[in-house]
Amino acid sequence: MTFRINLNGKETTLDIDGDMPLLWAIRDIIGLTGTKYGCGIAQCGACTVHVDGEPTRSCQLTVEDAVGTKITTIEGVNGKVAETAQTVWAELDVPQCGYCQSGQVLAAVALLSQNTKPTDENIDEAMAGNLCRCATYHRIRAGIHEAARRLEA
Amino acid sequence: MLHQIEKFAEQSKTVPAAAIDSVISNASRRGVLKGLGGFVLALHLLPAGRAGAFPAYETFGPGMPNGVVNDPHIFVAIAPDGEVTIIAHRSEMGTGSRTTLPMVIADEMEADWDRVTVKQAEGDEPKYGNQDTDGSRSLRHHIQPAREIGAAMRHMLKQAAAKQWGVKIDEVEAVGHQVIHKSLGSRVGYGDLAEAAMALKTPPRDVLQFKDEKEFRYIGKGTVPIVDLHDITTGKAVYGSDVRLPGTRVAVIARPPVVGATIKSIDDSAAKAIAGVETIMHLPITPLGSKFKPLGGVAVIAENTWAAIQGRDALKIEWDRGEHGTFETRAYEAELRASTAEPGTSVRNQGNADAALKDAAKVLTYEYYQPHMAHAPMEPPTALANYADGKCEIWAPVQSPYVARTDTAEYLGMDAKDVTVNVTLLGGAFGRKSKADFATEAAFLAKQVGGPVRVQWTREDDIRHSYYHTSSVERIDIGLDSDKRVTAWRHRSAAPSFLSTFTEDKGVQHEIEIGMGLENLPYEISNVSAEQCPAFAHTRVGWFRSVSNIPRAFAVQSATAELAHELGRDQKEFLLEIIGPPRILDAKTAGLPGKFWNQYEPEKEFPFETGRLSGVVRLVAQKAGWGKSLPKGEALGIAAHRSFVSYIAMVVHAKVEKGIVRVPEVHVAVDCGFAANPERVRSQMQGACVFGMTAALYSGISFDNGEVQESNFHDYEMVRADNFPELVHTYIVPHSFEVHATGVGEPGVPPFAPALANAIFNATGRRIRNLPIGDQLKA
Repeated sequence: MTFRINLNGKETTLDIDGDMPLLWAIRDIIGLTGTKYGCGIAQCGACTVHVDGEPTRSCQLTVEDAVGTKITTIEGVNGKVAETAQTVWAELDVPQCGYCQSGQVLAAVALLSQNTKPTDENIDEAMAGNLCRCATYHRIRAGIHEAARRLEA
Repeated sequence: MLHQIEKFAEQSKTVPAAAIDSVISNASRRGVLKGLGGFVLALHLLPAGRAGAFPAYETFGPGMPNGVVNDPHIFVAIAPDGEVTIIAHRSEMGTGSRTTLPMVIADEMEADWDRVTVKQAEGDEPKYGNQDTDGSRSLRHHIQPAREIGAAMRHMLKQAAAKQWGVKIDEVEAVGHQVIHKSLGSRVGYGDLAEAAMALKTPPRDVLQFKDEKEFRYIGKGTVPIVDLHDITTGKAVYGSDVRLPGTRVAVIARPPVVGATIKSIDDSAAKAIAGVETIMHLPITPLGSKFKPLGGVAVIAENTWAAIQGRDALKIEWDRGEHGTFETRAYEAELRASTAEPGTSVRNQGNADAALKDAAKVLTYEYYQPHMAHAPMEPPTALANYADGKCEIWAPVQSPYVARTDTAEYLGMDAKDVTVNVTLLGGAFGRKSKADFATEAAFLAKQVGGPVRVQWTREDDIRHSYYHTSSVERIDIGLDSDKRVTAWRHRSAAPSFLSTFTEDKGVQHEIEIGMGLENLPYEISNVSAEQCPAFAHTRVGWFRSVSNIPRAFAVQSATAELAHELGRDQKEFLLEIIGPPRILDAKTAGLPGKFWNQYEPEKEFPFETGRLSGVVRLVAQKAGWGKSLPKGEALGIAAHRSFVSYIAMVVHAKVEKGIVRVPEVHVAVDCGFAANPERVRSQMQGACVFGMTAALYSGISFDNGEVQESNFHDYEMVRADNFPELVHTYIVPHSFEVHATGVGEPGVPPFAPALANAIFNATGRRIRNLPIGDQLKA
């Protein structure tokens, strides 16, 4: 079957099984590898993308269900919030191995887009779905607060 | 191939394999920049280096397979435009060594870090020296060679400039990416010296001038971010499953549910019917003791990952579970407990602990249990391999690329020179990716297919087919006399050894495992014995971040706090008292048959100094405000442990509410000798606390009918952003270079669980002796 999806602002035609999770279509068919596989059951958040601005586990959304939405991956995320978050991530030297960070950044950008002054509790709630085994949670939390401060200024 | 190389070339700090050689062969001589009056040097003008600033010291680095290489011709290339390329030969799994070691070279050679590109070495130990990235030894073994490489390169650049100007080498100085001659007013950039400098022989160490510590630009400052930072935050960083070759097929494998299980029957018709599935291939089954050989099984090879996963899941296989098919966790725990109830084989015998226990007025017996654990790095095992014209090329996130190369060559019946292993970034590893069975699987299938195959492990595969952290019972018997003085300490350990992964299982532990906290109790007690008791493996056992130090620190540091409580003493005061006065542990006095294992490091350079252990205990207690009053249900707990020749003490602040454990704050004191990159020391301590909390609260792999019962993050849980050690304060004991750098990737983990358990006891009166904590406090 053929499906047209909107990925990073571009209309893309995919000739695949509509049941394929968006994660694998993005990685294997479209060839963008910033979106990571970690668990396949929405337990780790490594595959987080934005679907119409909402942080979404791409391992749980089929290509068929993604039709008609606007999908943004780490490669396509832009704008003031994203740039600020990415800048702060770099300044705080957040990543260790870095594998989960695409998902962490996208989850943080979604949070900051919806809540300009997140509290620790807001951050915990928004970020609890994104696992980091190296354990960069401290710096992620600090990074979100710092990005919020800069965006307000 | 080209596609892949382009992919690598996109990385800001990574260049393709061929680039270094071409940079050098394309080097052209350009005019010397000299006497440019208007040119202002932006960098400070301290001449770098003096003789004797850095005396050589011995480490076990040269004793590792293929030793240590310290030749700038191998590790450094300088392009005509002055761009410097430095080889990282250690794997990057999040500790930062891929940044820190090249940074050390750059600093010592007076290169400007902004003009340095880091290139990852392929697996080639005869060329680069040992590449096993584990044992917390990247800095311990390689900071000295890195300084030698940098100083030698600087010397060669100065030699080349001096020759150009017809002056003596001691008239010139290397400063900020150029060599200058002050009185002539001449200067020449590194790019213009590259060809002449690289044509020189590597100078011997005794002519090298090393920097004084005050001259370091980057070393010890903690100001250099990791080289992959930008790529990571923008999704461009390349991990194991991100390398693409045209026509790559994806394999997902059904592995035996019990190690060594064989196939009774298979029906692959449903798998073959799935769109995109192309081929089904069998890999030979291997028994326990097959080192890093693939487990074997049935591979479904498909056009894409999704089809391969579906195909694999559609296989109907009936297994003959074989000799380990009755392995069951609860029964095994009982077996380990029974094993420690009997005398084992002595590994340390100081005084006569058995007699002292017999004579004791009171004997306290404590048993601590820990089940198997899986590493569960965020990136599950994965590798790409290609096979063409009798050669095999692998791209994989491996901790030991040369072992991956030689093991794979052996498995395929090939010569190692026909196998290449390229190292991608590692999406976490924690010891799992030292064992490159997944890379060998990919190579085997690529050879069968005759083209590129990527093997993708699902998370379920990763949890069910790991090289598990040992499960153990540690039993400690303590004798007290009638005055409540400690007269005996007997520690028995029953834990299946990782030796069982390499060879026939004799039920005994390796000297490495014994050396990690069993034989080297640093307490001042007259009668101390340590025994290992038989324990046989029924699954693949392998090292896991911090290895046997985890159960040993948990047992010893929990027992110490239990003893303090029994004696009505403060945990911290008693810990300091039982460590005793500052001294160097002596193996003979301690009743060892030989030397301490000591990470194989020479005791002359890396002795066990009890004063440094007490030092971190005092430091952390003072910083944490030990003794301060806290609300009901909250308390501090303390633990200290030396591992990887580093000394670490922790104070954990625990808060227990309705059986749920929270950790508002952790204080960590680290004595790791000279800290080359304090920023990454702090990040490793933050990481160790979260990793340690996951292990303490959740991690337990259980077996039934020989099969792992857990499968993914819903039942093998991790600490998350809504409950993690919220504040981690790290205090690094300051040392000059004279106190050798030790290691920080692992030693932060072992003290966490006992410090937490001790805090929980102080908060609730409940003593945790079995890990993980799980729901124990809810009952």
